[in-house]
Amino acid sequence: MSFLNTVFVALKALRRNPTRALLTTLGIVIGIAAVIAMMEIGNGSAEAIRKNIERMGANSIVVMGGVRRVAGISMGTSSWISLYPADAEAIRKECPSVQHVSSIVATSNIQLIYGSNNWVPANITGVDVDYFAIRNWDIEEGRLFTQHEVDNNARVCLVGQTVLRELFGGKSPLDTELRIGNSTFRVIGVMKAKGASMFGGDEDDIILMPWTTARMRITGRSNGYATNTTRTASSTPGAIYSGSGIALYPSQDSNLSNDYMWNPKFVRINQILVSATSTEKVQDAVREISLLLRERHHLSDDIDDDFRIHNNADFLNMMNGTSELMTNLLLIVAMISLLVGGVGIMNIMLVSVTERTREIGLRMAVGARSRDILKQFLIESIVLCMFGGIVGIIVGHGTALLVESQLNWPIAASPSAVIASFAVSAAVGILFGFYPAWKASKLDPIEALHYE
Amino acid sequence: MLIELNNIEKTYFLGEIDVPVLKGISLSIDRGEYVALMGASGSGKSTLMNILGCLDRPSKGDYRFENEEVGRASGDRRAILRNRKIGFVFQSFNLLPRTSALDNVIMPLSYTAGKMSQQERRERGIAALKEVGLAERMGHYPSQLSGGQQQRVAIARALINNPPVVLADEPTGNLDSKTSIEVMQMFEKLHESGITVILVTHSDEIANFARRQIRMVDGNIVSERNGQ
Repeated sequence: MSFLNTVFVALKALRRNPTRALLTTLGIVIGIAAVIAMMEIGNGSAEAIRKNIERMGANSIVVMGGVRRVAGISMGTSSWISLYPADAEAIRKECPSVQHVSSIVATSNIQLIYGSNNWVPANITGVDVDYFAIRNWDIEEGRLFTQHEVDNNARVCLVGQTVLRELFGGKSPLDTELRIGNSTFRVIGVMKAKGASMFGGDEDDIILMPWTTARMRITGRSNGYATNTTRTASSTPGAIYSGSGIALYPSQDSNLSNDYMWNPKFVRINQILVSATSTEKVQDAVREISLLLRERHHLSDDIDDDFRIHNNADFLNMMNGTSELMTNLLLIVAMISLLVGGVGIMNIMLVSVTERTREIGLRMAVGARSRDILKQFLIESIVLCMFGGIVGIIVGHGTALLVESQLNWPIAASPSAVIASFAVSAAVGILFGFYPAWKASKLDPIEALHYE
Repeated sequence: MLIELNNIEKTYFLGEIDVPVLKGISLSIDRGEYVALMGASGSGKSTLMNILGCLDRPSKGDYRFENEEVGRASGDRRAILRNRKIGFVFQSFNLLPRTSALDNVIMPLSYTAGKMSQQERRERGIAALKEVGLAERMGHYPSQLSGGQQQRVAIARALINNPPVVLADEPTGNLDSKTSIEVMQMFEKLHESGITVILVTHSDEIANFARRQIRMVDGNIVSERNGQ
């Protein structure tokens, strides 16, 4: 009996009871649909994360302040503003795997005023000229600031798309005067849209300026007009006790403090953003920076780092790991559902064999061999499962599309999952169809013919 | 000789008791004969027919079919014989439900070795249905056919591979007397066309259609009679 013919006979047999065939395969349909939907949604998230990371600059490294402990109480990441502009210079000069370096002075919750409009952007960030290369971020109009402007604390700034919309109503802000906190800045450029960050934050809700200016004019309160509305995001316990800060927390690196007489908040920088020469060199760069900073901060071997280094490779791995874990968990659930579906198939095939005992006897009487009967029932079970698989793939893809349109989750079609689903449903058909088929093939034709 | 049985015995082992059903049957049937196997229930006629139809193996003795020893042949070999050499007609028709008459008729062809296109199969099926006068009913399901028509479809199925022998087990058992005669006329036609027909029946009336009657009692042949 040819293969195609057997499939044909199997389809005919299934068509004799379509409702039952449909209900039987429901387990498989749900299992496969779950697998497909999971894979498409999971792949979509992974793809979105990958794109986000790429946009952030795949080989960028962030060095930030360490953890301050006060009487055994940890103040959390970056609670210790331990980095100096000189550290950034040293990294630039002494680490061979490092390409670009930018000091970062981060603040927020500062009001912008332009004409009669006001706005509080999510971030006001002081950066170096290399920042734009590291972040892979370009201007839409105007110009970037120059090294000269950085060196001279120039009061120039670049605005993000959100700020442009909220404060300037979309009109070109070039060469206009903008008040940031208590200082007036000249807008020299507009950044291109960057979109939402991977955490959902708006990366375009930003003002960029030379880090020296940010340190002097925004966080440093050098103009002396500290107001109630002006706060820094990176407020530290030291700031609260600013009057007696030195007495409470003697500076650990006294020789450096001697170089800079100012308040640590005024002298130090929040982060150093670094890019490695290539993605492969990221780990080397991290090692070099770590060694260099420990040396510069005079940390002996038994003292923990007073800084933290994050790189996107870690981040990428973490995000991938998380989404992989979720996908795997859901796949296991889907597999269990397939298993249950398979048991359903076996059950109904056994019923079918019993029900069709006379048919089996007849087929044997007119010349079917044992293996013909085995093949017929096996193929029937496989056809049933594959049918369930196809419906499941359609339902799963439909679910993924629904999720995309209703929840705005990114999805990505997964051809490998479709192929795997086919294979798995066929395997379930073989696995759970074999016993009933074998039972059918072992029937005695005489008894089968007279079975009531 | 088409069929030669030599001292065939069949014993069923039911637990510790041996139940002898056939106690040494010797019988020859020539090509083109029309034979009726008669006997009360329990006489062993059905067992004998199962052995003749290669569905069952004898416990002892030789069974030669077209000079080939088939009593001890492999399951696959006997399946091929059933497919190519023997047509079965059953008391309860045994048609596949919700399957058209034509598909029922050509069903055995799917177990026949060798390439045959679907078109060829259909043509042969239609020819066989014409033979039994049901060509115009080929699309009907068994449930849409009368008992007599169903049995004629079953006869067409038995003839699909042009076998030399047709075995009919109580072919009129489920039919009324009028349709019984119709069906028996079909067998008469088969006999006239040269096919060997073996009927199994407990009814003298039906057996009288055959040219040769063999009566069995308790696993033995007790009498043979030739002529209608």
